[in-house]
Amino acid sequence: MERGSRIAVLMRDITKRFPGVVANDHINLTVYAGEIHALLGENGAGKSTLMNILYGLYQPDEGEIFIWGKKVKIRSPKDALKLGIGMVHQHFKLIDSLSVAENLALILREYKFLVPLNEIKRRVLELSKKYGLDIDPEAKIWQLSAGERQRIEILKVLIHGARILILDEPTTVLTPIEKEKLFKILRHMANEGHAILFITHKLEEVMELSDRVTVLRHGKVVATLETRSTNPRELAKLMIGRDILAPNEITTTSPKIVRERKIPVLEVRDLYVLNDKGFLSVKGVSFSVYPGEVFGIAGIAGHGQRELIEAILGLRKIQKGSVVLLGAEVTNSSPRHIMEKGVAYIPEDRIRTGVVPDLSVVENLILKNYWRKPFSGKLFLNMSLIDRWADDLISKYRIMTLDRKAPVKLLSGGNIQRVILARELSGNPRLIIASHPTYGLDIAATEQVHDLLIDQRNRGVAILLVSEDPEEILKLSDRIAVMFEGRFIGTSDADKISLEDIYLMMSGVRE
Amino acid sequence: MDVSWLIPPLHVAIQASTPLVLAALGEIYAERSGILNLGVEGMMLIGAITGFVITLTTGNPWLGMLMAAIAGALMAFIHAFASISLQANQIISGLALTMLGMGISGLVGKPFIGIPLRFTLRPIAIPLLSDIPLLGPVFFKQDAIVYLSYILSLAMWFLLYRTKPGICIRAVGENPAAADAIGVNVALVRYCCTIIGGLLAGLGGAYISVVYIHAWLENMTAGRGWIALALVIFAMWDPLRALPCSYLFGGIEALQYWLQRYGINPYLLGALPYLITILVLTLIGASESLRRRMAAPSALGKPYAREERTA
Amino acid sequence: MGISLRIERRAYAPLWLRIGIPLLSVLLSLMIAALMFHLEGIDPLTAYRIIFLSSFGSPKGLSYSVVKMIPLLLCGVGLILAFKANVWNIGAEGQIIVGAIAATWVALFLVPNAPSYVVIPLMFIMGFLAGGLWALIAGILRGKFNVNEVIVTLMMNHIASKITEYLIYGPWMGKTTWGFPESDPFSESAHLPLIPGTYIHYPTLIIAVIAALLSAVLLSYTKPGYEMKVLGLNPEAARYAGISYVRTIALVMFLSGGLAGIAGVGEVAGLHHRLRYPWAISSGYGYTAMLVAWLSRLNCLVAIPVSFLLGALLVGGDAIQISLNLSVNIVYIFNGLILLCLAGGEVLTRYRVRLRRE
Repeated sequence: MERGSRIAVLMRDITKRFPGVVANDHINLTVYAGEIHALLGENGAGKSTLMNILYGLYQPDEGEIFIWGKKVKIRSPKDALKLGIGMVHQHFKLIDSLSVAENLALILREYKFLVPLNEIKRRVLELSKKYGLDIDPEAKIWQLSAGERQRIEILKVLIHGARILILDEPTTVLTPIEKEKLFKILRHMANEGHAILFITHKLEEVMELSDRVTVLRHGKVVATLETRSTNPRELAKLMIGRDILAPNEITTTSPKIVRERKIPVLEVRDLYVLNDKGFLSVKGVSFSVYPGEVFGIAGIAGHGQRELIEAILGLRKIQKGSVVLLGAEVTNSSPRHIMEKGVAYIPEDRIRTGVVPDLSVVENLILKNYWRKPFSGKLFLNMSLIDRWADDLISKYRIMTLDRKAPVKLLSGGNIQRVILARELSGNPRLIIASHPTYGLDIAATEQVHDLLIDQRNRGVAILLVSEDPEEILKLSDRIAVMFEGRFIGTSDADKISLEDIYLMMSGVRE
Repeated sequence: MDVSWLIPPLHVAIQASTPLVLAALGEIYAERSGILNLGVEGMMLIGAITGFVITLTTGNPWLGMLMAAIAGALMAFIHAFASISLQANQIISGLALTMLGMGISGLVGKPFIGIPLRFTLRPIAIPLLSDIPLLGPVFFKQDAIVYLSYILSLAMWFLLYRTKPGICIRAVGENPAAADAIGVNVALVRYCCTIIGGLLAGLGGAYISVVYIHAWLENMTAGRGWIALALVIFAMWDPLRALPCSYLFGGIEALQYWLQRYGINPYLLGALPYLITILVLTLIGASESLRRRMAAPSALGKPYAREERTA
Repeated sequence: MGISLRIERRAYAPLWLRIGIPLLSVLLSLMIAALMFHLEGIDPLTAYRIIFLSSFGSPKGLSYSVVKMIPLLLCGVGLILAFKANVWNIGAEGQIIVGAIAATWVALFLVPNAPSYVVIPLMFIMGFLAGGLWALIAGILRGKFNVNEVIVTLMMNHIASKITEYLIYGPWMGKTTWGFPESDPFSESAHLPLIPGTYIHYPTLIIAVIAALLSAVLLSYTKPGYEMKVLGLNPEAARYAGISYVRTIALVMFLSGGLAGIAGVGEVAGLHHRLRYPWAISSGYGYTAMLVAWLSRLNCLVAIPVSFLLGALLVGGDAIQISLNLSVNIVYIFNGLILLCLAGGEVLTRYRVRLRRE
C-alpha cells in the first residue's frame, strides 16, 4: 500500500447508542485502497457494531460515512452491496445440500428465473483462478472444509463486485494451512486495490496480516497505528487499558500451602475432538487435575473449550487420545458411567442443556439421581423422600422459588444456576467441571458461585474451571492454562502468572 | 409375438395411476419446501366431489377440473396458514384437514351417490406417437389430463433443479434460516408450494370421479392420498421419478385383481407399496451416505420462525 | 403519538389459556357446525338437541356413549404416553386392527373350545402383545435409524388393513357366512360379558379405566415415566442424565400400541364377535383418539371424561344420521374442525399481543 492511495472508507464521528450503553462513541476510521486494516478490541468493545453500521444492518445515531470520497447513507445490506461493500460472516450462510453453483445462483439477483448453471460455473472458475480461491463449483457444500466454505463466502462477495471487504473473526474455524491460504488471498486482493477490514481479537494475526490497526475499547477508538511500528504487548495494553497493570490487585484465593502431588482425579492425554461441523477443534490437549485444586482454563469462547469438556463428559466422541478418571480409563464412555464415578457438570448453556425448562424444580433436581437408591426402587420414585430432599436443597442453596413444583423456566437466571449447582454438588462429587459458571449472573449470585466452588475445593474436590473472564480464573485457580485454537498455549501456577500474561495468551501471543 | 392383450390392462393402469402422479407431484413440492401435508387424502376427496358436482351440473368437465383444483388449493391454504403463520403442529393440522375433507365431501356428495356421469374427458390419440407398437396405445391414446401429468412431471423437475424458484424451494426446505438470511421469503415459498400441493391433489381427486370412474362414491379415493405420501418418499422427492414410481404403485393397485388369476394375492400385493416405503426409509436412515444424498428435506415438518436479533 | 401492536413471545402459558383454548376450539367448532346444519336446511338447535338427547338423554344413550368411550380411552391414553415422549404415534388404527386379529386367532384357532376364563384373558394378552409389537417396529426404526415414525406408523396402518382383508377374503373367510368377507363368528365363550341390558363390554372398560389410572401413576411416580417426560422435553438433558434413547422410545411405543391392541380386542370380542372389514372394527377410533389426547392436554385422568364426551358425540352423530337423514360425515367435520382449531390455537400459548403507546 503506497501513501497517497485513495481513501476507500471514511467513518467520521460515528456514534451508536443502545439502551444503557454507548456501543460506538464518536469513532473515526479511515481505510485506504490496497490496505488490510485490523479492528482490535475485547468482546463488547464495539467492533461488531461498527462493522454492522458499515454493512447497513444498523443506522448510526450520529456521524457520517464516505465511500470512495462520496458521502453515503447505508440503510441496508443491499445498499452496502451496491456500494461495493461485502461482509464475510463468521457463520456461513450456505445451504449444505446444494452445490456451490446453486448457492451462488440463489444470491445473485440477476438470475430471476432460468439459472444457467454452466455460466455460473464459468464465473466461479474465473474468479477462483484470479484470486487463488481454489473452488470447485460442482461440489456440494457438505463435502467442503471450513476453509473452503469461507472462500465461497469470499467468492460470494467478490462476484457482486465488492471492492471493500469486511471479515468478522475469519480464522476461528481454520486450520493453520487454511489460515495461510486465506492470508495469501487477502494480500493478493489488497494488492489488486481492494480495501480489507477484519475484526479480530488475535494479536499475532494483527501483526502478521494487517498494515494498520485500530484498537477499540468501550466504544471509543484508543489508537490507530501502523502495524510495523507496534508489538503485541503494546496492543494488549491498549486493548485492555491501564486497569490490568496492577496484577497484584487480584487476590487469589488459593492458600499458598505446598500441596503434595496426589494421584490425579482427572487425566487428559493428547485429546483430539471434532466440533459439530466435523472440523478438528481440540488438537492434542493434555493436562491433569488433582484433588483439592482448581485448574482454570482461560480462553475466548470458541477455541475448543466446549468440545473439550463435552468429550471428557462422554457427550462427544473422542477421535484420538484418552481420558482417565480416578485411575480408570473412560474414553468415550457413556455420560451416566462417567457421572457415576462422581463427576459434576455445570454447563455453560443453562437453559438448553442444564435443565428441562418445562419440568418442575423438584424434577430437575433429581435429574442425575433419580435412578439411584433411595430415590427410587425398581420401578417407583420415592416421592416423599425426593420432596424432602429437594426442600432441603432449596433452603441450603437459597433457591428462590414459589414452590418446588414450579416449572424451572419461571426462575431467574441466578436461581436456575442455583438449581444446577444444588443438583450437581449434592452428589458429593470428586470432580466438578464448571463451564462459564457465572455468565449472566449478578454480583451476589456470582459471589455465591465462587464461594461454593472454593468450599468444594477446600474439601478436596478437584475442579476444572473454564471461563472467558481472566480475572475470575486468576481469582479462583491454583493452576492455569490458556486455550487458544484448540491447544494449550501456556500453563502455569496461578501465583507465577500475571493478568496481563493471561490476556496476551488469550489473544494468541505465545510467551 | 402378439402382445396386444397387454394393452387394455396397461392402459387402465396408466389411468389409475394418474391421480397418484398428480397428488405426488404436488406433495413433493410441499415437502421440498419443508411442509408436511398429511391432508392429501382430504384434499383429493374435496377435489373429487367438487369436480363431480360441477361437471354434472354444468356439463363441462374442464370447468369441473378447474374448480376441483381451486377447492384443493383452498384447503391447502388453510393448512399453510395454520402451519406457517400460526406455526401449528403440521401433523395435527394435516390430519384435521383429511377429516374435514372426508366429512365435507361425504356430506355434499350424499345426494349424488350412484349417479353416472355422462360428460367426461375422452382419450385423444397423439398422431405418430400413438402408432408405436404397445407403447403407443398405452401412453399416447390417453386423455388430456394424463398428458398433463407427463408434462407436469418434466416441467416440475426442470423448475426444481434448473430455475431460481426451484433452488429457493430446495433451500427453504433444507435450511430456512440460511435462506432467510440470504433474502429468500421463506413463508411465501412455503405458502406457494403447499397451495400447489393442494391444487394438484384436488385435480387428482377430480380425475378419479370425473374420468376414471365417472361416478361419485363415498371415500372414493380409497387411500390414494396415503399412497401418494408413500410415493413421495419412494421417489425420493424427485418429480421426474414420481412418474415411474406412481405407475409402479398404481399399477400394483389397478392390476391386483387382474393378477389374481396368476395366484398373486391382491391384498398382500396391496400392502407391498407401504412395505417398500418403510424399507426405503430404513435404508436411507441406516446409511450415512444415503442420508446425505437422498434423505428428506432437513427442515421437513419443523415450523420456522426468525430468531429475534438482540441488539 | 399512536398505539402500536406488538407480537412477543410468551415465557409460559397461563392456566386460563391452557384450559381456554380447548374449550374455545370446541365452541368455535360448534358454531361452524351449526352453520353447516343451517346450510343443509336443518335447524341447528334441533340437531344439537337430537345429539344431546340421543347420547345423554336416556340410559340407553348413555350406555351407547360408554361403548364408544372404551376404545377412545384406551387409545387416547396410549397416545398421551407417546406424545409426552414426543413420539408421534399415528398408527393407533393399525394397532387396533392387529389386536383384533390376535383376538380372532385366539378365539377361532388357538383355543376354540376353551372356556371363557381361558379364552378371554388370553385374547387380551395376545391383543396387547400384538398391538405393542406392531408399534414397537416403528419405535425401533426411530430409535436406531432415526426414521420418521409418523410415516412408518401411517404405512403400518395400511399394511394392517391389507392383512385383515387378506385374512377375511382368504384363509379366515367364514365357512358359515355365505361368502361375506368376515371370519366365522366367535363361540359364546369368546364373547366378552356385557352389562345386562346394554352393549357395554365391561372387562374392556375396566381395563381402560385402570390403564388411565396406571398411566397417570406411571408418568408422575415412576422412573420410566420420568424418563419419557425428560426425553420428550429435552433430549439433550436426557442424554446427559443417561436416559437411553432407544429403550425409552421402544417402551413408549410398545405401551401405546399395546393399549390400542386391547381396544381392538374389545371391539372384536365385545361387539362384533368376528373379524370383519378393517374400517368396521377400527372406525377411525385411532385418529379420533388423537383428539382425546390433545383435548385432555396430555393428562391421563382428564382423558376419562373427555373420551366419554367424544363417545357421546359419536353417538349423536349416528343419531343424526338416522333421524335427520344427515350423514355421519358431520362428525368427521366436527372432529376435523376441533383439531384444526386446537392446532391453530396453540399459537396463542406461544405469543401474546401487546399494546404499546408510542
